[in-house]
Amino acid sequence: MSKQASQIDQLVAAKYKYGFVTDIETEGLPPGLDESTVRAISAFKQEPEWLLEWRLAAFQHWLTLTPPNWAKLDILPIDFQAVSYYAAPIQDKDRPQSLDEVDPKLLETYEKLGVPLHERARLAGVAVDAVFDSVSVGTTFKKELAEVGVIFCSFSEAVQEHPELVRQYLGSVVPVSDNFFACLNSAVFSDGSFCYIPKGVRCPMELSTYFRINAAETGQFERTLIIAEEGSQVSYLEGCTAPMRDENQLHAAVVELIALKDSYIKYSTVQNWYPGDENGVGGIYNFVTKRADCREDGAKVSWTQVETGSALTWKYPSCVLRGDNTTGEFYSVALTNNYQQADTGTKMIHLGKNTRSKIITKGISAGHGQNTYRGLVHVGKNATAARNYSQCDSMLIGKTCGAHTFPYIEVKNPTAQVEHEATTSKIGEDQLFYCLQRGISEEDAISMIVDGFCKEVFRELPMEFAVEAKALLEISLEGAVG
Amino acid sequence: MSAILEIKDLYASVEGTEILKGLNLTLNTGEIHAIMGPNGAGKSTLGNVIAGRDGYTVTAGEVLFKGKDLLQLDTEERACEGVFLAFQYPVEIPGVNNTYFLRAALNAQRAYRGEAPMDAAAFLRLVREKLKILDLKDDLLKRAVNVGFSGGEKKRNEIFQMAVLEPTLAILDETDSGLDIDALRAVAAGVNALRDAGRAMLVITHYQRLLDYIVPDVVHVLADGKIVRSGGAELALQLEEKGYTWLQQEDQQVLESS
Repeated sequence: MSKQASQIDQLVAAKYKYGFVTDIETEGLPPGLDESTVRAISAFKQEPEWLLEWRLAAFQHWLTLTPPNWAKLDILPIDFQAVSYYAAPIQDKDRPQSLDEVDPKLLETYEKLGVPLHERARLAGVAVDAVFDSVSVGTTFKKELAEVGVIFCSFSEAVQEHPELVRQYLGSVVPVSDNFFACLNSAVFSDGSFCYIPKGVRCPMELSTYFRINAAETGQFERTLIIAEEGSQVSYLEGCTAPMRDENQLHAAVVELIALKDSYIKYSTVQNWYPGDENGVGGIYNFVTKRADCREDGAKVSWTQVETGSALTWKYPSCVLRGDNTTGEFYSVALTNNYQQADTGTKMIHLGKNTRSKIITKGISAGHGQNTYRGLVHVGKNATAARNYSQCDSMLIGKTCGAHTFPYIEVKNPTAQVEHEATTSKIGEDQLFYCLQRGISEEDAISMIVDGFCKEVFRELPMEFAVEAKALLEISLEGAVG
Repeated sequence: MSAILEIKDLYASVEGTEILKGLNLTLNTGEIHAIMGPNGAGKSTLGNVIAGRDGYTVTAGEVLFKGKDLLQLDTEERACEGVFLAFQYPVEIPGVNNTYFLRAALNAQRAYRGEAPMDAAAFLRLVREKLKILDLKDDLLKRAVNVGFSGGEKKRNEIFQMAVLEPTLAILDETDSGLDIDALRAVAAGVNALRDAGRAMLVITHYQRLLDYIVPDVVHVLADGKIVRSGGAELALQLEEKGYTWLQQEDQQVLESS
C-alpha cells in the first residue's frame, strides 16, 4: 500500500473513531474519479444536458490543474481517487435510531452549545421525525418566503424548478477554471443551497442552512448560489454549530453571491467541522472558494465568518467591487487549536469608482495551531477614490502556536486610500494573572479575554449566532492553557 | 488585634535568581504598613509572591494568611480569600467591559464564599457609590478594562476595584508612581475610605509623598531581599531626607564599630 493511501486510511480511521458516523452502506459511487463519475452524479440528479456539459468541461479542465501549494499549510497529499464523490441519501434504517446510539461526546457538545434536545437529535442525524418534523418547518418557512417571491431551496431543486436562473448565474462569479478546488467542485458538486431575492424585496427572515442539515448530508462538495436583485436585502446564515456528518475528509465548497444594483447581502458562517483530535490525527480538509460580485452600482456584501473547526482551512471569501459606490466587508474570527491549520483571509477587488472595503480579522492560535491571514486589496486603474481599511489582529495562546500575516496590496489608481493595521499579542500571562488575581478562574479568564478580542467581529453576527459562536470558541479552547 | 499576614523567613526566586532572602513581616488587622526600598530590593516580588503570580518560586519559608497556609492556594483562591493586589502596571483587556469584568470578579468571589451572585441593578448601585469616593466618571464603567485609560485613571481604577471587592489584605504596588497630585489625593482618599479595623494594607512605594496622605502605622525598609529596618511613619521622612544610602552608611558604621 502506498504511503499516501495509508495516511488517508489513518485519517478515515480517526474519523470513525470519533464515531458518530456509523458504518453505513450507501448506494453511492465507489471511490474514484473519472468522466463516468461526473456523468453518474449528473444522472443521479437527473440534470439537464447543459449542466452535464458544464460539469464535464470543468472536469476536463481540472485534469490539467495541480493542487495549489502557496498557502502556509502543511497538507498531506490527497489521493483524489480514494475519495467517493457521491453518496446516495442515507436511508432512515441506516441512521442511528436513537440518541443512545450517538457518540456521547457529540451530545455533550450540543449540550454545551445549548442546542435543544430535539435539535440535537436532528443534528446527529437520528431518524426521529416525530420528535422534530423538519419537513413541516421547511414548509411553513417556504410559504412565508413564497409570499414575497423569495426562492430558497436546495441546489438540486433549483436546477429542476428554476433552471433559467441557475444557468444564467452559475459560474458567473467563480468560473469553472478559477482554481483547482473550485474546478473540482464544479465537476462533482452534489448539492447545496439556492437563494433568489426578487427586486425590491427585503427578505423577511434570516435564511439559514441550519434547517437543511439533513438534506445536505449528501456530500462534501456543496455549491451555494445567492442572487439579490435590485434594491433587495438578505441575511444568510450558513454552516452548523455541530460537527457535520461527512463521509470523507475532503470538503471543497463553492459559494457565489451576485449583488445587483443597490442590493445588500449579508453572509454569516460559523464553521465547526471536525478539527481532528488533540494529536492532529483526522479532521476535515476544508477548501472553500467564496466570492461575491457587487455587479451593479451601490451593491453591498458583508462576509462574517467564525472558523473554529477543520484540521485545515483554505478559504478567502472575496468581493469584486465592480459597480460604482459598491461596498465589501469581511469580518473574520479564525481559531486554531491543537494541530489545526488555517490559511484564511479575503480579496477585495476594487474596480468601480468610490468603492469601499473593510477587513477586520482576528486570528487566535493555541496549542500547536498555525493561523495565517492572507488578504489582497486590489485597486484597479478606474477605481477612482477607492478606499480600504484593513485591521488584522492575532492572538497567541501558549508558546507552541504561530500567527502569520500576508497582506497583499496592489494599487493602480493614485486617488485610492488604503490603510492596513496589524497587531500580534500574546494572551498575556499578565492578562491572565490580572484576572486570576481578581478571583476569576483561568477558564473564565481565557474565554473573557478571547471574547473581548473577537468583539468587533461577533457584533456583526446575528444575535443567536453570536451566542453560539462565543460558546463554540470556549469549547474549542478548552484545555488550551494550563 | 490578630495577625492577618505572617511572613516567616521567606525565600523566593524568579528565573533562578534569588530575590527574597529571609523576609519576615507581620501585619495585624487594622494596620497599614509601608514597604520602601531601593530599586531591585524585591518590593514588587514580595507583592507578586503573596498574590501567587506564576514564575515566582518560593524556595523556603511560609506565608500565613488569617492563619492559613497561603502558599498552598491557587492565585484565584487567594483572591477569593481576600488578597488584593493593586498593580503597578494595570493590564489592558481589549473588548472586555470594565463593569462586566468587575462584576465577574465580584461574583466569582461571592461564589467562593457561598453567596448568591449580585444582580446587575444592585451591582450598579454599589459601583456608583464607590465611584464617588474616587472622583471617577461614570464613563469609565463603559470602557474596556484599562484600554485608553490615562496613567492616573488606571491607578484609580485599581483602587476602585479594591473598593468594590473589599479585600481583607490589600497590597498597593507603587500605586503612586506616575500620578499627579490630584490623582494622588483621589487615590489616597479611596484607600483611606477602606481603612478599617478588619483590614490590613501593604503599601509599596519609592517615595514618602504618598505617605503624607496614607499615614502608615509601620514603615519597613526592604533591601537585598529582606527587611533591614522598621520604624514608625517618621522613618519614611528620614529616608526621604537622607536617601537609602544613609541606611547603608549607618549599617557600615555599625559593622565597623563592632
